[in-house]
Amino acid sequence: MEFFLQLLVNGVCVGLLYGISAMGFVMIFKSSSVLNFAHGELLALGAFFFLTLVTWAKLPVFVAFALTLIGCFMLGFLIERFFLRPLIGEKLIFVIMLTVGLAAMFKGLILLIWGGNLYTYPDFLPQTMGLQFGAIYISPVYSATLIISVIFLVLFGLFFKKSAQGIYMRSVADNQKAALSLGVHVRRVFALSWAIAAMVASMSGIVLGIINGVNVHDLSSIGLKVFPVVILGGLDSIGGAIIGGIIIGLLETFTAGYLSTSLRDVVPYIVLVFILMVKPYGLFGLVEIERV
Amino acid sequence: MGDVLLQLNNISVVYSDVIQVLKGVSLSVEKGHIVSLLGSNGAGKTTTLKAISGLLKPENGEVTEGTIIYNGVNIQNQAPEFITRQGIIQVLEGRQPFKYLTIEENLRVGTATRFGKPYKQDLEMVYNYFPALVQRRKALAGYCSGGELQMLVIGRALMAHPQLLLLDEPSLGLAPLFVQEIFRIIKKINEEQQATIILVEQNARMALQVAHYGYVMENGKIMMEGTSKELSDNPDIKEFYLGMAASGIAKSYKDVKSYRRRKRWL
Repeated sequence: MEFFLQLLVNGVCVGLLYGISAMGFVMIFKSSSVLNFAHGELLALGAFFFLTLVTWAKLPVFVAFALTLIGCFMLGFLIERFFLRPLIGEKLIFVIMLTVGLAAMFKGLILLIWGGNLYTYPDFLPQTMGLQFGAIYISPVYSATLIISVIFLVLFGLFFKKSAQGIYMRSVADNQKAALSLGVHVRRVFALSWAIAAMVASMSGIVLGIINGVNVHDLSSIGLKVFPVVILGGLDSIGGAIIGGIIIGLLETFTAGYLSTSLRDVVPYIVLVFILMVKPYGLFGLVEIERV
Repeated sequence: MGDVLLQLNNISVVYSDVIQVLKGVSLSVEKGHIVSLLGSNGAGKTTTLKAISGLLKPENGEVTEGTIIYNGVNIQNQAPEFITRQGIIQVLEGRQPFKYLTIEENLRVGTATRFGKPYKQDLEMVYNYFPALVQRRKALAGYCSGGELQMLVIGRALMAHPQLLLLDEPSLGLAPLFVQEIFRIIKKINEEQQATIILVEQNARMALQVAHYGYVMENGKIMMEGTSKELSDNPDIKEFYLGMAASGIAKSYKDVKSYRRRKRWL
């Protein structure tokens, strides 16, 4: 029973992380219908930026964390500005191919600069962050994950529900032509969604780096995990991305705990197949509001 | 004559580099007036509005000749982000709400062009014009009725404090009683907000009732213009737009030659 609860807690934590990283992916998809295949590489870039700032520049952890987030926010902005914007109006498949190219480019860049080795962050989380509930122990990494995830979720909820920019982003996702007619800066919205996506990706990259260590191949393949997550949750649902993330996280940790660690990466896809057979639009895919 | 707010000088619009839709349209709009643009389907009314508001570009259309001058500024082929910030807001044909946003969020999008995005006072203003929206403000726009949506999209445009409001068929698909209501409000907006309005309509009778001036378009050209009174008294307009024979009685099909005159119009 304790083992079960322990796995449950770990699964939820990892799942939240997947969910938040998938949220960035969903945001790009919702506003511009682009599937971003470079998501995993953005995740890895964030982890490596943080690594450099902490181990090489020896900045305090919080400063490094904030700088990485800001840096990746700007990187997302630049990606949109220099790579995506020239393709506005072109066929969607070109844009998607471009993101595949971006993925290769970033991966090569990381390999060139940092190489393919496995790095670890210095141990900076205080042991006091670990929580003990009876027999269940939540290690500092997981409790930090939980705290960061919840903060991000609340911030995003407020951003999309209350702030003008957030409402504009949703309006563009909803009806681009009408948004344009009201003077919403659609290109700015695209840029912003890439910036936010890169930022949350880097955030999950850092945390996953703390859990598993920092390695290009591992991190970028984790980035691909957004696919089962978002397809499970429904490609266009931000809430669905979170729930999908938690489900995939739980499936992984339970498979690793009860079956075998080598099956960990396969089982989520198997379950995905079954869920899609029952709910082809994902669990929370947008129900098209249709007026007849 | 008052001040001219908007001047179209002989503009041509071409879609996808080959399809010419407007062939030299000129019109001028005086400040504070309601100007109606009449014409049958495919005459180029909507294209004219889009040429003004800059929404041609996303549809691969372009103003190839002529100038559009608004408040002394050349605005042809400018980006919609720029044009909307000059105070020109178009209400698109066929009610285009943001379906997954609530009524109130929809209205807030209307403030996109304004500095600092203030919205509280303007919400009050819109709810004053359209009290029916108040009870529905938390409802998703996708689940609202056609009448509510028409109120919503006009209200949304009002949130931008437009100088020039371009209304594309506001009466489309609405019950006759509600059409009257919408036109009454359009008139009220024109008077109270000092908004100049260009009104594209199929419902010529209603349009001529509220408008000061009117243009009739056919085949991408302006065929006729005049004050609303002149247009409503014109025998051709009467016959082909208001559905009456020149004498004012319902038209008789015995008048076999009528199609010859009609050709000019359709």
